[in-house]
Amino acid sequence: MRVRVDLTRCADHGQCVYSAPEVFSLDDEGRLSFRHEADDEYISGELDESLRDDVEEAADVCPLQAITVQD
Amino acid sequence: MTQRRVVVVGAGMGGLRAAEAIHKAGFDGETVVFGAETHMPYNRPPLSKDALAAEPDPAALQFRVPRHAAGVTWRLGEEVVASDLDARTVTLVDGQTLRWDGLVVASGLRPRRLPTPGPSGGRHVLRTIEDGLRLRASLTPGARLLVVGAGFIGCEVAATARALGVEVDVVAPESVPMERPLQHELGAALRRRHESHGVRFHLGLVPVEFRGGAHSGDRVHSVLLSDGTELATDVVVEAVGCAANVEWLAGNGLDLGDGVLCDNQLRVEGRTDVVACGDVARFPNLLFDDVPRRVEHWTMVTDTARRAGQSLAGHLTGTDGAPAPFAPVPSFWSDQYGLRIQSFGAVGLGGDDVRCLEGDVDGEVAMGYFGDGELVGVVLIGLAGRTGHYRAQFAARTPVAAA
Repeated sequence: MRVRVDLTRCADHGQCVYSAPEVFSLDDEGRLSFRHEADDEYISGELDESLRDDVEEAADVCPLQAITVQD
Repeated sequence: MTQRRVVVVGAGMGGLRAAEAIHKAGFDGETVVFGAETHMPYNRPPLSKDALAAEPDPAALQFRVPRHAAGVTWRLGEEVVASDLDARTVTLVDGQTLRWDGLVVASGLRPRRLPTPGPSGGRHVLRTIEDGLRLRASLTPGARLLVVGAGFIGCEVAATARALGVEVDVVAPESVPMERPLQHELGAALRRRHESHGVRFHLGLVPVEFRGGAHSGDRVHSVLLSDGTELATDVVVEAVGCAANVEWLAGNGLDLGDGVLCDNQLRVEGRTDVVACGDVARFPNLLFDDVPRRVEHWTMVTDTARRAGQSLAGHLTGTDGAPAPFAPVPSFWSDQYGLRIQSFGAVGLGGDDVRCLEGDVDGEVAMGYFGDGELVGVVLIGLAGRTGHYRAQFAARTPVAAA
């Protein structure tokens, strides 16, 4: 399981951080920290299955619907 | 044994999330979702912001259907008009009825219309994609827009319209915009921001007459305000709040005074087989107190839908446990002129005790709202790096006991 974040849609609301703090974080300026690793699209490494509920919740609560969970 | 069925009334975000939660929690029967609109569930907040600035694109606004909702039957463009909770049926507009074992009330809101007399041409509301497309087509550069209502939707439309080169007047009975959700000091600061972008406010006033042709469908050319001012206008947006869609629940002895009354687990009063979620649910959030309230925050839709789905699945699968108190952190945002307004907690529970926690009201600021000396709400303008800090003030609270 991986998460894909469309950084062109993301508006740094941070709702994902409250749902899945082990996966998502904001930097000191309140921007999604993945922005330091990618420009348009971030794809995570393989995530542990135990995080599935959290990352699915993060995808649900994203105001811009910028997160997808991929198997 | 026939398969058991859940009927969800409302195919918005709440209906989608509730259907997802029911199956995620182990219900393996059939789920049928009825939607008055013809669209699959879609995201409404952009309709007054980016999507209005561009042009609402139904495909881009649509939610993905998550894996737990993959087997759901969507009956779109089919409006439920009545229900019989004792017989466990809903009735469609054509008289057809459908039996259910579990019912989800996710029928949401509809915009209120002004009772103001006069022609109706050029008067808009903003709730659906179609509303957004119609309004967008009218917002041509140089057009004169009159926004009635200075809440978030009215102010977002005003900001978006200014960016499109539209002339904007805002009429509202309050003394500052967004007065109820943000209170006076911040509302006054936001008024200054809007005015610096060319928005003209007419506050403490209401429209008393639309003027135009003599026929009801004729276009509005001007509006008469309660102080006698007449404003010329091409386009009117009525952003004066919403009413809950509960008429289809009438006749079942429910309290439908303001949405549908629920317990802390989103079960409709007195029922274990009927739950409600989203804008239409009036429920006690035990984070602060046990008073049932309806909440029109985007994030609360998913919070309530998830808990409602779990409650209903627990009933249907016989796994009702002792669920934790439902005490989500209220949160909402608004985007105006590229600025993010972000709230956590319950500003409305505070009194007049409003303090600047950091920053300044005409720049980036964190305002704290206090009730009996206790912090009950925070509103940030900008200060994006501080959201986690302020939200944590409320996430750490100990819920009160259920009534």
